[in-house]
Amino acid sequence: MSTVEYMRTIREKYSKMGYAPYGWHEATEAPPWTPLAKPLSECRVGMMTTAGTYVAGQEAYFYKDDTSHRPIPSNTPVENLRFSHLTENYLPDARRDPNCAFPIEPLRQLVDEGVIGGLADNFFSCMGAVYSKRRVDEEVAPAIYEAFAKEGVDVAYLVPL
Amino acid sequence: MCLIARYLEDRGIATIVVGTALDIVERGNPPRAVFMDFPLGHGGGPLFAPAQQLAIAREAMAALEGLSEPGQIVTLNQTWPEGDAWKSTASDESADDVRSPRDLTPRYQLEEDRHLVEAAAGD
Repeated sequence: MSTVEYMRTIREKYSKMGYAPYGWHEATEAPPWTPLAKPLSECRVGMMTTAGTYVAGQEAYFYKDDTSHRPIPSNTPVENLRFSHLTENYLPDARRDPNCAFPIEPLRQLVDEGVIGGLADNFFSCMGAVYSKRRVDEEVAPAIYEAFAKEGVDVAYLVPL
Repeated sequence: MCLIARYLEDRGIATIVVGTALDIVERGNPPRAVFMDFPLGHGGGPLFAPAQQLAIAREAMAALEGLSEPGQIVTLNQTWPEGDAWKSTASDESADDVRSPRDLTPRYQLEEDRHLVEAAAGD
């Protein structure tokens, strides 16, 4: 069976709900490239999701262009992880098993097995449904970069909702 | 997410996007990506499937280490456990939508989460 046409489906759904059409930026330039500087087994790995993950005790996300992010300590027990995202219809499984959208336990396991060198002290999340490319470029991306840089990560494992 | 991947990679952090929406990832053209034909919300894997979740992370890391050319999307050797029935729901733009309004109100998963934050703010 062919893959789902998400852009078409979501566009039509939003239009029926009276939302402005969500536009996906089309990246036409070749992607930048950073080679792995050392074997993965020596790399410090960070993770980020756009699933609106937060830890109980942190402020949740709001649904209109929330450009904030939350640090999620990489040793957070899964039972303390929560999700808050405009597309709530994609969250039910993650709310029962956070690893569905924020695979924190698999990454911890890969450290135990020596596949990856270690984890950043903090992972990160934001609420990805930001309509403005400018605000992603000027607010979200620089803040996430600063946060990862401060954690000293070699690798970022990025899980879109 | 692809914009963020490109931003990070441009500044010296190697990235891997673990995607479940192929058309969106193709359009965003990140430096490295893996794809699983799973419903959105399952980039980590299916519900309560720790062995498969671990296998996904392991394969994604192997792809990250193995890719040598920007813009490739590797399809992982992973199958959604319950077949393809989810695709008809995911493709149905007329399906009911009960999400909360798009405004500036924080939307807590649990009421008790809200109480925790409000109690801390009141200290």
